[in-house]
Amino acid sequence: MAVAVKPQTIEISADPMVPVPYRVLRVRRETPDTFTLELEALTSAFGHPSPVQTGEGSGVRAFAPGQFNMLYLFGVGEVPISISGDPAQPEVLVHTVRAVGAVTRAICALKRDEIVGVRGPFGSAWPVAEAVGNDIVIVAGGVGLAPLRPAIYHLLNHRHEYGRVALLYGARTPKDMLYKRELSEWRGRFDIQVEVTVDAARPDEWRGNVGVVTTLISRANFDPFHTTALVCGPEVMMRFTILELQKRELRDDQIYISMERNMKCAIGFCGHCQYGPNFVCKDGPVFRFDKVRELFGKREI
Amino acid sequence: MSDEQFIIEGTDFQKLLDALRQQGYTTVGPTVRDGAIVYDEIASVKDLPIGWTDEQDGGRYRLQKRNDQALFGYVVGPHSWKKFLHPPVLSLWKARKNGKSFEILPNRNDSPRYAFIGVRSCELHAIFIQDRVFTNGKFIDPHYQARRQKVFIVAVNCVQAGGTCFCVSMKTGPKATLGFDLALTEIIDGQKHYFVVEVGTEKGAEIIQRVPAKPAQPNDIQIAEERIARAAQQMGRHLDTTDIKNLLYRNLEHPRWDEVATRCLNCANCTMVCPTCFCTTVEDVTDLTGTEAERVRKWDSCFTMDFSYIHGGSVRASAKSRYRQWLTHKLASWIDQFGTSGCVGCGRCITWCPVAIDITEEVRAIRESEQVSKKGE
Repeated sequence: MAVAVKPQTIEISADPMVPVPYRVLRVRRETPDTFTLELEALTSAFGHPSPVQTGEGSGVRAFAPGQFNMLYLFGVGEVPISISGDPAQPEVLVHTVRAVGAVTRAICALKRDEIVGVRGPFGSAWPVAEAVGNDIVIVAGGVGLAPLRPAIYHLLNHRHEYGRVALLYGARTPKDMLYKRELSEWRGRFDIQVEVTVDAARPDEWRGNVGVVTTLISRANFDPFHTTALVCGPEVMMRFTILELQKRELRDDQIYISMERNMKCAIGFCGHCQYGPNFVCKDGPVFRFDKVRELFGKREI
Repeated sequence: MSDEQFIIEGTDFQKLLDALRQQGYTTVGPTVRDGAIVYDEIASVKDLPIGWTDEQDGGRYRLQKRNDQALFGYVVGPHSWKKFLHPPVLSLWKARKNGKSFEILPNRNDSPRYAFIGVRSCELHAIFIQDRVFTNGKFIDPHYQARRQKVFIVAVNCVQAGGTCFCVSMKTGPKATLGFDLALTEIIDGQKHYFVVEVGTEKGAEIIQRVPAKPAQPNDIQIAEERIARAAQQMGRHLDTTDIKNLLYRNLEHPRWDEVATRCLNCANCTMVCPTCFCTTVEDVTDLTGTEAERVRKWDSCFTMDFSYIHGGSVRASAKSRYRQWLTHKLASWIDQFGTSGCVGCGRCITWCPVAIDITEEVRAIRESEQVSKKGE
């Protein structure tokens, strides 16, 4: 036959379902059930020429804020996890994982030098380029702060390109707050407004705001006509956040949300993440709200 | 391609199979098993469902003896060709522990070169639809692509319609018009039994040269066209597709979904028999020593609770939402995703539904309710 047989190496990189091994550099406990892992490509296993090369087929891949990877633990399984590191430093892959199932529990139990498989990055990104010149309001609930952190890094790295930046963060209790040290650092800066609240706390452990994250929205400083809002958290939290942002006269096309759905492939083949006409894995996870408004108000879509 | 058509005598059909097998193809086609016509490897014309037909209606499928020796005198059974191009169970890769790391051994894609014998026009369209799903986007499924590129397609035009067919509504049949290597129309006329053969590709022309075939006369071609036209007129069901995407998007909240959910068993039969349903899950497993791991891809169904499970529960917990997802995906959101309907009108989901839920009837009920409410305004 006229079709030449391709060498095996091309077959490997051409199959988007094959993970690439990464080594755990560091594991940091964020909360009792949430851990942040730093990973580094272990490219030698596939004979890739240089570990610092970026792009398709190489061990290190540039990512955009808001994108996610599929993390595979040998023999246990694979889960979609958003990237929570700095997009300017793609050579260290950072993932914050909450232990809620078999695979995430095993990932949270990983130790330095152990190996995890990575596929990605996948999905749409926060509109950090489109938002240049605007005020930015970021609303995060619980572990929803993790997929927003790359956007925060980007905004702070390019601070002069944006107007006012407000970060509003709500956690269930003070113990459930992610990135506490960074939050206090950001709070200490004069060029970002950081407001934090918890749903419930004992007086001896917390002196800050108590209440749901939507109560912070009235405090954020922004010009509604020139603002981009980035929202991530549980769907019910996003629903009420959008209502509050609409009250502050933001239009639906100024609001971006990040959706969560079951995913088995991340490349639009398995069908699990369908959300109306969208595949959350490739059309999302970040959606401009006006594009999904009709679906968002309906149950069990 | 030349427009020339050929005649192969019924008694020479074995020679077509032989020619394909000599060219290295694994011939797969219809055969009778467990009271149904299924697709499996066939070596001989004797493996074909000679003299059988299928009687179909909602929730009903029976084989009946014909009063002739037709090879393709049935419509479609529970299988579709997706089981060869998009296998129900497929090992994606294996991995071996290698010190602290592991190495991945990808699947070699050494699938056979299949020759599909007896592909109906609706099934050809189903293959085109899965082509769009797996090979037309940002990502390519290498397993599907490897199988698909090698396949040889012998289509068979339908000269009778089944009780649940509605390909005319979906504009997918009954005549195969593109995408085949050879297309046959089986003619039985008294003692005469022959096939009118249309050649679709160079590959098809090469095979026809290896089979005793004579040029078809205009009369033969006309008889074939008449029989196909008769099948179109016999169509058992009809589905009005006018503005169907917006019709369904407008009616995501409609009492009809509650009604159908009281009957739907969530058994997933419709998704398994559907020739376009493509959803899968993956299972990661290890051997007992923990040194070898494997990822296996399996057909999955949007009718299961696990399908939409995320931490906290299933997104589609109710039977109603799962049926709605299946029907609106098939007929509406598929159009947004892939530029085509996901339905080819083969009627399998109606025939193989244990409680005879009928996709054409469900759409009609929603459409008519709108017309009633408009009149009432």
